[in-house]
Amino acid sequence: MALKIVKGSIDRMFDKNLQDLVRGIRNHKEDEAKYISTCIDEIKQELKQDNIAVKANAVCKLTYLQMLGYDVSWAAFNIVEVMSSSKFTYKRIGYLAASQCFHESTDVIMLTTNQIRKDLSSPNQYDTGVALTGLSCFVTPDLARDLANDIMTLMSHTKPYIRKKAVLIMYKVFLKYPESLRPAFPRLKEKLEDPDPGVQSAAVNVICELARRNPKNYLSLAPLFFKLMTSSTNNWVLIKIIKLFGALTPLEPRLGKKLIEPLTNLIHSTSAMSLLYECVNTVIAGQYWFSVGSKELCVQKLRILIEDSDQNLKYLGLLAMSKILKTHPKSVQSHKDLILQCLDDKDESIRLRALDLLYGMVSKKNLMEIVKKLMLHVDKAEGTTYRDELLTKIIDICSQSNYQYITNFEWYISILVELTRLEGTRHGHLIASQMLDVAIRVKAIRVFAVAQMATLLDNAHLLTGNMQRNGICEVLYAAAWICGEFSEHLENPMQTLEAMLRPKVATLPGHIQAVYVQNAAKLFATILKSQEGNTDSTAAQDTSQLMIDRLPLFVQSANLEVQERASCILQLVKYIQKLQQKDVEVAEEVNALFAGELNPVAPKAQKKVPVPEGLDLDAWINEPPSESESEDEQPKAIFAKEEPKHSRPRHTEVDEKELARRREARKQEQANNPFYIKASPSSQKVYQDAPGVEHIPVVQIDLSVPLKVPGLPMSDQYVKLEEERRQKERAEKKKKEKKKRKEKRSGRGKKHDSGPESEEDITPAHQVDIVTEEMPEVKENHSSKFSNIFFLHLLFWVCDDKKSSKHKKKKQKKEKEEKEKKKKKKHHHHHHHSDGGGEESVQNGTVEEEEPLPVSLSHRLINPQVVYDIQGNLQDGSQVVVSVIFENKCDSFLKSMEFNVLDSLNSKLQRPEGSGPHDGLTVPFQLPPGVSNEARFVFTVQSIVMPQKLKGTLTFIVKVDSSTHEKLDFKLHFTCTSYLITTPCYSDAFAKLLESGDLKGSSVRLEGVNMPFHHLLARICFHHHFSIVERIDSCASMYSRSIQGHHVCLLVKTSGQTVSIDAKCDEPTLLGNVLDEIKQTFSQC
Amino acid sequence: MQFMLLFSRQGKLRLQKWYVPLSDKEKKKITRELVQTVLARKPKMCSFLEWRDLKIVYKRYASLYFCCAIEDQDNELITLEIIHRYVELLDKYFGSVCELDIIFNFEKAYFILDEFLLGGEAQETSKKNVLKAIEQADLLQEVRHLIKITVDKVF
Repeated sequence: MALKIVKGSIDRMFDKNLQDLVRGIRNHKEDEAKYISTCIDEIKQELKQDNIAVKANAVCKLTYLQMLGYDVSWAAFNIVEVMSSSKFTYKRIGYLAASQCFHESTDVIMLTTNQIRKDLSSPNQYDTGVALTGLSCFVTPDLARDLANDIMTLMSHTKPYIRKKAVLIMYKVFLKYPESLRPAFPRLKEKLEDPDPGVQSAAVNVICELARRNPKNYLSLAPLFFKLMTSSTNNWVLIKIIKLFGALTPLEPRLGKKLIEPLTNLIHSTSAMSLLYECVNTVIAGQYWFSVGSKELCVQKLRILIEDSDQNLKYLGLLAMSKILKTHPKSVQSHKDLILQCLDDKDESIRLRALDLLYGMVSKKNLMEIVKKLMLHVDKAEGTTYRDELLTKIIDICSQSNYQYITNFEWYISILVELTRLEGTRHGHLIASQMLDVAIRVKAIRVFAVAQMATLLDNAHLLTGNMQRNGICEVLYAAAWICGEFSEHLENPMQTLEAMLRPKVATLPGHIQAVYVQNAAKLFATILKSQEGNTDSTAAQDTSQLMIDRLPLFVQSANLEVQERASCILQLVKYIQKLQQKDVEVAEEVNALFAGELNPVAPKAQKKVPVPEGLDLDAWINEPPSESESEDEQPKAIFAKEEPKHSRPRHTEVDEKELARRREARKQEQANNPFYIKASPSSQKVYQDAPGVEHIPVVQIDLSVPLKVPGLPMSDQYVKLEEERRQKERAEKKKKEKKKRKEKRSGRGKKHDSGPESEEDITPAHQVDIVTEEMPEVKENHSSKFSNIFFLHLLFWVCDDKKSSKHKKKKQKKEKEEKEKKKKKKHHHHHHHSDGGGEESVQNGTVEEEEPLPVSLSHRLINPQVVYDIQGNLQDGSQVVVSVIFENKCDSFLKSMEFNVLDSLNSKLQRPEGSGPHDGLTVPFQLPPGVSNEARFVFTVQSIVMPQKLKGTLTFIVKVDSSTHEKLDFKLHFTCTSYLITTPCYSDAFAKLLESGDLKGSSVRLEGVNMPFHHLLARICFHHHFSIVERIDSCASMYSRSIQGHHVCLLVKTSGQTVSIDAKCDEPTLLGNVLDEIKQTFSQC
Repeated sequence: MQFMLLFSRQGKLRLQKWYVPLSDKEKKKITRELVQTVLARKPKMCSFLEWRDLKIVYKRYASLYFCCAIEDQDNELITLEIIHRYVELLDKYFGSVCELDIIFNFEKAYFILDEFLLGGEAQETSKKNVLKAIEQADLLQEVRHLIKITVDKVF
């Protein structure tokens, strides 16, 4: 009876297994979240049981819930428990859960090391197997380091099942713990010739992946791989080997010659498309090393792929084709027909690939034909995204390399005009900028362009009716401007002026109206000029009257720009009218308003401006702060030579960043300043500044009749015309040649072959003002402004909303930490790759906020709203400059900032003369939202032997709707470390210093430091501004100097996890504090 | 290979295997984004797409999408082959597999995947060997189950 009860309770514990859970979730579609939360409660109960079977069941369910997106990190320890079960059934579940749920920051991973080691050496191969599989998913650098040896042993296990897994996982281990590569490599190489094909292929896999990252170390394996390649029949292995050779060939071009035969053989013989594709890709990628013939073969094979009915092959074929195109456009161009066919494909991704290819394939000869085909596609394309893509591609294709391929600009203008008929495109501004560009740069086209634009303006109602919403009306901007600027070419200026002053214009976006108004004035001036010559003076007066009648509409505009221009011009015209009534001739004066021709300016125009005499651009305006100032003070006996190399590049880097940041701040300020003159109206920015036209509800008019504007040209006719023109040219040429031949025949009977016309033979109908020369390189002389300045980076954010500020802060902090982690990773790599990276001393330059070294510890949270970051360097013995970066993280404008610090006896903020000792300093800028800027404050410090904390406040005004005064408290922490400056020291000078006996000693022990020795050294160098003097195995001597000239010498030794630091310094208090700070750095990690 | 995702036509995730360390948040974001992108594609479109700096290879089998992310230099066609091979393995193991098999035996689906791929690389190209390993491991599990059950009965 009792047994029954026990059994019953066991059953109940099992009452919900994975299947039940899944079924339950499927049955609770309505309230899934609620159901799952009760399940999680049950699971929590189950995890409390001692029975491992119950636990395993619970963990299995959690693994499922994890996939559904629920957080199960709280159960990490239970997962470890299940992993360590001696029963395979549970172990398997435990490892599965771990591999799904654990990641590098899961802290319980540390506890698993011994368990995994035990499993790896288990007599049961499946225990070992699950451990290896699990490890491949959650291996961390620590696990990799601790288990590398065990896994290496497994590479020679008797069972191929284990060997294969061990070999593959070694790759993950190498990535996490690069030091293991060297000792493991011989064994890995051995596995290339393993009797088991699975192990062999695993080894090929691993080496191939390694070689892709760093090919030069694997060149020596080439003969071995060559043998494998010619003997293996396993396509999986072959693909990897070919990939490997692809990575090796650039380093050893002779390989190309050797490979080409087996590669072509494979290309010819293989039936596996994946292998064929790999071979073709390798030949394409290594174009320079393989012969031309092989490439022709590839193109042929690719043609077969593209012609295939399988979409996948077609896509890949086009993709590979585009790679060939870059170097061998000719061999691709011959397949133009095929690629144009692909534009008809039902798969959009294939069509886009084909479009990409076309871009590279155009020439003077085929541009019109290709664009004609594309225009057809534009007409029938479904879906605006694809149509927009086509539109941009057409414009890209035509305008590439300064309209290199366009021979007839009338054709291009008509293409652009045809494109304006496109419904629902977003790219009105693109068309507009092309129209402007062409009209300005191709003088010969202006007459034609003006005529076209006049028609466009005249028919503007057709465009605006249903296109205002989607930005095609941007073309009217270009049209109005072109008609106004080149109004002398207008056939019927009066009609155009009428069109520009229609009441309907007032419905256009403001920036377009503004251009309309301005150009109406230009047009008016031109008309006056033509009319004043006539005897009939009423015509001129009528024109003025027209302006006076229509302009008031714009004067009432809500848009400031329109209003301002309109009222100016209205007054002007009224004045003109007065003069006209007195029969005064005004046309000349009015025209003078718009005199001067607009010419395109070449990008290198600035270069042509001669440098005024006496101006030396390379000379310093102010004395540059001398680089070696601080070093000069150093006692020469101890410090022999300086190597300024280390710090130099860093200055420039920081300067650039600094400059970029300031530029950004300045831009923001300018944007907020209504008095600042903004970019010219023709620049594209103006378009974006348009008030959201999109939001104005406009009734869409459904036009079933295609929008063809009467009088607009059809681009097609140009294709014909062009043909004719070319034929004519050809005929003329032939004539000429005949003549020449005739002339020559008398002399020599040499035959002239007038073969098919070549690219160069096609002469453009219009000439573009093309400036092909590159922009002159800007050489910046980066001043080392920041050298020798105590630099303190104070980053904070201020927010008027307390709640959101807290939230933001957290987020920001997290991001920061993540960034730092990334940095750290990089750092690891860096060191591992350079052999014996520990010897590299980390030079502490001046400003290092972007220093790619671990900086996690120098960020401290002092006030909920202040985070700052100290790095230091010296200026002179008693003065330090603190650079504070103010960053506005809130959404409001901050102004009237005042920075104040409560002075201590030792440290004082330097204030301008005449101000009291407690006055704050005004921060010389305002902060728009999201902007940061830097201000510097000078402090006088007397003694540097003690660390200090200075309290300070920042007051500022937050401008939302009304201004509020806010205060922010912060602390500046002047650590002793920040008074140290990285100073290199040679070992003999170091020895002399120690021998001198002037220094007093002190020492400190650090326990449980779990990091490689060179990391430890790098950390000390970075955080505490030391440089390494000498390093021998696990012992290193380090040196640093304070800004007041104290020498600080360290002897760092490590054994196991204990690090002992013996230190000497001529100032014991300073030394004590520095050591405390070092200790703290390591206690925090 | 960076990761493999299995999801249904309704966008429900059925299986996920990540071969690169990412935080849960990132994983979720990537999954959501990819499921949306892949489901939005039309049935006649090719199986490849470029996504961020990765290439996505996917294939639909009945109601399930198999979706892999590979690096720029990796071979798309062999990845398709891997997907197909995995489907074949599932098919052999479950006996004409359907979505429900994977839902209810998701741990088995993972075990098979782990025998086939390791750390994102194919570890065993022979279908027979993969199935043999799985069967033997299952047997181990079953035998112990049996022992446990007999022990229970004795008590």
